[in-house]
Amino acid sequence: MISIDNVSVTLDSRSILSSISLNLEENRIGIIGQNGSGKSTFARLLNGLQLPSSGTVVVDNYDTKADGRKVRARVGFVFQNPDNQIVYPNVREDLAFGLKNIGYSKTEIEQKIEETLLEYDLEYLGDRLTHQLSGGEKQMVALLGVLIMRPNYVVMDEPTTLLDLRKKRVLMEHINELSQRVIMATHDLEQITHFDRVICIHNGKVYADGNPKEVISAYRNLCQK
Amino acid sequence: MTNFYYPSGSIVHRLSAGVKLAALIIFGTLIFTVEDLAGLGFCGVFLVAFFCIAQIPLRVAYRQLKPALFLLLLIFIAQYFMVGFEIAVFVVVRFSILILAAGLVTVTTRVSEMVEAIEAGLRPLAKWVAIEKVSLAITLAIRFIPVLGEIVHEVRDAQKVRGMDRNIIAVLLPTIIRTLKMATEVAEALDARSFATLDRTRTDKQKL
Repeated sequence: MISIDNVSVTLDSRSILSSISLNLEENRIGIIGQNGSGKSTFARLLNGLQLPSSGTVVVDNYDTKADGRKVRARVGFVFQNPDNQIVYPNVREDLAFGLKNIGYSKTEIEQKIEETLLEYDLEYLGDRLTHQLSGGEKQMVALLGVLIMRPNYVVMDEPTTLLDLRKKRVLMEHINELSQRVIMATHDLEQITHFDRVICIHNGKVYADGNPKEVISAYRNLCQK
Repeated sequence: MTNFYYPSGSIVHRLSAGVKLAALIIFGTLIFTVEDLAGLGFCGVFLVAFFCIAQIPLRVAYRQLKPALFLLLLIFIAQYFMVGFEIAVFVVVRFSILILAAGLVTVTTRVSEMVEAIEAGLRPLAKWVAIEKVSLAITLAIRFIPVLGEIVHEVRDAQKVRGMDRNIIAVLLPTIIRTLKMATEVAEALDARSFATLDRTRTDKQKL
């Protein structure tokens, strides 16, 4: 479980998030909100990319401030732009990067890469050059780079923003099948209608929290104002 | 190195990157001791044989040489006017063989293997040099060359629409801003992928 206790984030004396307290334990959680509402900062709090100015974020009993390494091993993060997340020029090498960082041997790394590519039917991408992939393929590689490390949670910050409708659908199918708990910030409301819980952030505070239907409706009303 | 790896599974591919780099250094040194075209011809045949063993198609081999063609032409012209036709040909052929030899190493070696070989080579300097950071910097430089190219292209297109594509500042400034923003996000992504927590003396996997 991820526990957020009275968290505020202030950047350059500007309040981004203020006094947020939540427990995140559902399998699928959507985060919505207008541009600049603080939803990306909220997502980044969950794996310690952003540390709270006050309050605590605890993931499976590990505080993001004190145990960043352990938190990041449990919480994978998928960025909006996969180009900034892919480190190596070749897909197989990029998938190896995270595993190498946490100390797996060369044989184990190769085995895990094969298993992961096979699991997601993406063997054909293995030897491709990352900068020659389509947007959807790049986002899949970025997602695989996270999944291969077997995190308990996958946090995504608008992962489908740069994709066309078909690629969005394919990526969402993969996301929906994940065994991990998923927390996804998005502007695309259709993608989260079947989620277990949706949280709407507005002006750095929780504006609505609950089942997707009610929260999305509240958010639509907010956008009308 | 950005886009030249050509997988064929040959014996040359299977050789360790360190061996290939050492062979390249030796070959590159020896070729400068050759003093006639016949000797260069022998080196050329030797290299072609290795391209064949590595099962590298002609177009892939040509791709190694193509970016240097203009430079080779300049060298040829300069040498032709300074020392004559025969030496100009000799110098250009020698450089071409050297470039192709380096190309053979890049098409048969993955970037990660190359980086590991560089890491191994730097290991004696581990007390003074952060080896993993050096190798990551090399990897990122290779990885982001095409991405930077795309950014410049996009910015130029955007400025072209505004009639400012010939204004260097108008192209340079947004490119630098976007590059810096990208660098921040890449640093965060490295952090998210556990790079900042790297400590190769531990067996982190068990602890995690």
